Amino acid sequence: MATDVRQYLRLEAPPMPFCPGCGDRILLRLILTAIDELKINMDDMLFVSGIGCAAWIPSPHFNADTLHTLHGRAIAFATGAKLFNPKLKVMVISGDGDLADIGGNHLIHAARRNIDLTVICANNMVYGQTGGQVAATAAKGVLTATTTAGNYYRPFDLCKLVNAAGATYAARYSVTQPTLLISSIKKALQTEGFSFIEVISPCPTQFGRRNRLDTPKDTFKFFEDKLITKEDAEGLSPQELENRIITGEFSNGSS
Amino acid sequence: MVLKEMKSTLPPGSYYFSGNEAAAEGAIAAQCGYYAGYPITPSSELMHRIAARFRETGAVFMQMEDELASICSIIGASWAGARAMTATSGPGFSLMQEAISYAIMTETPIVIVDIQRVGPSTGQATRPGGGDMMQAKWGSHGDREVIAISPWSVQEMYDQTINAFNLAERYRVPVILLSDEAIAHLRERIEVRERITIFNRRKEKGAPPFGAGDDGVPPMPAFGEGEKLLVTASTHTEYGLRKTNDPLVQAKLASRLHYKIVNKREEIIEYEHYHVEDAEVVVIAYGFTARSSLFAVERLRQEGKKVGMIRLKTIWPFADRLIRNLGAKVKKVFVPEMNIGQMAGEIMKYAPCDVISFSQTNGEVIHPYTIMEQLERLL
Ligand SMILES: Cc1ncc(C[n+]2csc(CCOP(=O)(O)OP(=O)(O)O)c2C)c(N)n1
Ligand SMILES: [Mg+2]
Repeated sequence: MATDVRQYLRLEAPPMPFCPGCGDRILLRLILTAIDELKINMDDMLFVSGIGCAAWIPSPHFNADTLHTLHGRAIAFATGAKLFNPKLKVMVISGDGDLADIGGNHLIHAARRNIDLTVICANNMVYGQTGGQVAATAAKGVLTATTTAGNYYRPFDLCKLVNAAGATYAARYSVTQPTLLISSIKKALQTEGFSFIEVISPCPTQFGRRNRLDTPKDTFKFFEDKLITKEDAEGLSPQELENRIITGEFSNGSS
Repeated sequence: MVLKEMKSTLPPGSYYFSGNEAAAEGAIAAQCGYYAGYPITPSSELMHRIAARFRETGAVFMQMEDELASICSIIGASWAGARAMTATSGPGFSLMQEAISYAIMTETPIVIVDIQRVGPSTGQATRPGGGDMMQAKWGSHGDREVIAISPWSVQEMYDQTINAFNLAERYRVPVILLSDEAIAHLRERIEVRERITIFNRRKEKGAPPFGAGDDGVPPMPAFGEGEKLLVTASTHTEYGLRKTNDPLVQAKLASRLHYKIVNKREEIIEYEHYHVEDAEVVVIAYGFTARSSLFAVERLRQEGKKVGMIRLKTIWPFADRLIRNLGAKVKKVFVPEMNIGQMAGEIMKYAPCDVISFSQTNGEVIHPYTIMEQLERLL
């Protein structure tokens, strides 16, 4: 049964800004579904976001306390709010550029401190909002506004990064894996300590277009073809895994 | 209104503090609930004292990974209901500028202590300077109004830190304590009074958190109170909804943020005057330089010279009317500063008389005899 998430939306807000085929709209729905399934009272939640398309998922659409901050700094703002009022249940939702490029330092320090935050990072491999420039999460070879000959550098493995820094829970799923993603968001929300989910959220407009993926469907297929589960990836060589996106849970200790 | 008298946290009496320690005690007295900072000379002792004393008071102290995180986290804490503060010096103050403009746009009360050291850049970390006066006013993009205060003694590091919290909460604006190394590392006796006055944030359930209110300053709810707050530094309506294409909403908001401070400047601005009634030359000074200036003025008065002094306690908003009226009465004003004429330039905008700027940026405080010498030439 599909959850009616309208009850969690701020109905006076303007229509959502997401382009047709944007993964962020699916992600929005999956986050609210997880909250619904956990029966969390939205009055207990604080949603913090940075700047970018993904940062618009909670603000202004979630009918709860929302803090739309500066580019890269969402986790720092969230840290202050959470530490002063530990009763707040704080979720940070932002883009890959926001959380991992300009805000990468705050990400690893929050993981190191194991601050009780849930961080959802929408990875579309680019800066969607500013015209599709390359992000630190972009696969080698992809075409973007600023890598017109193909991305020369390797992407961050964000789950490894936050794990190495000490996060309690880390996972990676795609918006094309809704069931897995919902249960992962629920786990993250129930985790005490720092929890992090990297969500593959395709951007047909800025990423797809430049990589000759003519329709949203093509863009989704481009990402889906790269997905491989943690279990299937075991035993494969680094060469075989290059340019693949490994999904699953990568928590320290548990699961 | 929402003023509350309460017992101070330190037993009343005299204490022998450095400026940094006194500011930390002022913050504790003002019930600062959250402090975040990143170490930098010459401000670090302030943070050391906070770290130790917050363990006794139960307030939250965080050493963050940089100044960007420090100021952003105090803004987050302020919205969670805390009186919140950070302290830094030039390089860190520069890093904080983007977030200061965020706090202005979102009307977040915060206190920033800037212990100025001589620049540019790393400069001389342990030496005083006054080079951040204009950065405090114009350091980030956009027209922006802040309140900035310049203490001249250790006593004022204590008193004005309390005042800074009250002004921040009263006007929902960042307040900057523009101190410097000389005051921060000076040790003096201070008096702690039995009772102090604290301004409690005004709350009104359901009221627009970014509306005009009666006096341009809206009430401020906190996260977790069921208000479903929308906080954004993009242009927004009185309930915080983004309106990034509407010229009217932008013009109205920018104008309110400006006038809520500027229209109240007579309430906010504090200054002192010495021997100005019959003076022909008046020194306008602030911070440590006002100490040297007062010594020089008193000496010259003993010699019968018609010289006086104004001490600016409030730097921003600027005391434009005071300076305009003064300039109409005197022949010359003399402005000694540990920067190259930053406030002298502001004074020139308003004073209808000769304004003589005197600069010293060698990392040393200006000696009283230097000021005497300069004044003798003008008299
Ligand atoms: C300090 C600063 N630098 C640059 C920008 C411009 N900017 C806005 S969003 C953005 C990138 C957003 O990318 P990402 O976080 O991946 O979000 P997406 O739009 O892809 O969801 C940039 C560079 C800014 N707002 N602030
Ligand atoms: Mg992105």
